Amino acid sequence: MTWNAETIFADLKREILALVSPDNQPVVSVLLSIAPLLAVFPTLFALTTILERKGLGRIQNRYGPNRVGPFGLLQPVADGLKTLFKETVQPRAADRVVFFLAPVFLVLPALLAFSVIPYGKYMVPLEMDAALLFFFAVGAGTELAVFMAGWASRNKYSLLGAMRAVAQMISYEIPLILCTVPVIMLSGTLSPVEIVENQNRYTAAIAHWNVFTPWGAAGFILFLIAAAAEANRSPFDLPEGESEIIAGYYIEYSGFKFALFFLGEYLGLFAMCGLGITLFLGGWTAPFDFLTFIPSYVWFFLKLLALISLFIWVRGTMPRVRMDQLMNFAWKFMLPMAVINIVAAAAWKFTPILGFKWAVSGVIILAGYISLAQGLTRKAHFSKRTYRFAT
Amino acid sequence: MPLSFYILAAVTVISALAAMSLRNLVHCALCLALSFLGMAGLFLHMNAGFVAFAQILVYVGAVAILIVFAILLTRSAEPARSPRASSLAFSIPLALVVGAILINAISSTNLPFSANPANAPTVRELGHALMTTHVIPLEVIGLLLTVALLGAIVIALPEQTSSAQKGAVKS
Repeated sequence: MTWNAETIFADLKREILALVSPDNQPVVSVLLSIAPLLAVFPTLFALTTILERKGLGRIQNRYGPNRVGPFGLLQPVADGLKTLFKETVQPRAADRVVFFLAPVFLVLPALLAFSVIPYGKYMVPLEMDAALLFFFAVGAGTELAVFMAGWASRNKYSLLGAMRAVAQMISYEIPLILCTVPVIMLSGTLSPVEIVENQNRYTAAIAHWNVFTPWGAAGFILFLIAAAAEANRSPFDLPEGESEIIAGYYIEYSGFKFALFFLGEYLGLFAMCGLGITLFLGGWTAPFDFLTFIPSYVWFFLKLLALISLFIWVRGTMPRVRMDQLMNFAWKFMLPMAVINIVAAAAWKFTPILGFKWAVSGVIILAGYISLAQGLTRKAHFSKRTYRFAT
Repeated sequence: MPLSFYILAAVTVISALAAMSLRNLVHCALCLALSFLGMAGLFLHMNAGFVAFAQILVYVGAVAILIVFAILLTRSAEPARSPRASSLAFSIPLALVVGAILINAISSTNLPFSANPANAPTVRELGHALMTTHVIPLEVIGLLLTVALLGAIVIALPEQTSSAQKGAVKS
């Protein structure tokens, strides 16, 4: 048989499946789909930590890690070994069972969410009808895990951090889901595979990605903001605000449990980026039709790395927002804007000619944005800051 | 019935029992969330994927969080010292009456039973049914939720007079 770069992983799986007896094939097939996910994404996490520390170092005019291995590339290995060998300290007052279960329940949903994302043309671990709903449903489990961690530590700071995190995640989950609605409306399906297939068309060599439409562009920006807040990324990293509540809900965690929290957070970010790529950036499709000879999974992971770099850049350059600003932004701006975006997508669907589509949909989004911005800033009176508790 | 059904059923029932009998309220809430998850698993077992995911999204993602928040914001999570024995005289007859009504309702319902789960409707069919046959109940529920939301906002709004008083105290 010939080895084709596009289908190499699917072929490999089929070859391995042919080696086992037919009775065992379903189990082996499931294991062969799970194992790459468990191997690739934690590795990507390790690579991202080094990329992030190097990138932040450059932004902050310092070197970043450069001692372990060539260019400091083995730093994640050293960090991993260190967390493995560190003593796991548990507060005496902590609730033992819940304290132990919280990191597990944080990593589990993030890993489950990876199972429905199409990574390549022939690489979908789990195909199902309501896959997008599955993604958001498992994401909902994270909130409870964060609360469990904060409450079980019996530490006021961790409880405060958990309350902040849960309030923030609930507030941003609504705009997050609402800004995926236009994509679902225009593709007419909840299955990521079909959503990507819908974007796999080319006009004048340019792909039909959803982000190249007015509602798609607005939706993608809203999605990125909401995803950053969902994943507790800067500038929305209030739940762990070091300067205010030390480290939020995982203060009391040490050793490998702490590493699990870190892992869960980054895996959640990767899953969000993967969903954003699937919904708005055309999933595994190439941007131009003369680039389709590059295998589909390469495109997916290139886009994933680009989005991760974007989040690192934002983390290095944006200051942290305040709690009231965070909530006001979610409820007064993100939510109305997401609803306006749904109207714009409906206008796009029901207007006839392409130029007319652009005009109507674009005008709705711009008018919505301008009137919202005007309405929100008119009442704001900027005055000298008054301090309630400090003098 | 396959083994997975018994595992899911056991998880659901045991965690529901734990939610009733544990002393620590937060533990009860977490067990309740586990019981919701078990229910979702049972729905999945019956090929009803949409209902299962909606169950997780609404009950684990929102209702359990709401319960936990309510516990934390209103009272201490420490277990109460004395069980209120006096309420037993009232609660046992109440439980018996509710149980009798439920058993009567369940046993009088004619449930079509088949060994193989039916082919579950796709999300598309569910959407069509909601927007055509059941559009009026859907709209009524939407209206009800909007009213509840407005009511919550009105209750949560800061009152003008009290804020003016606060300002006076501060200065």
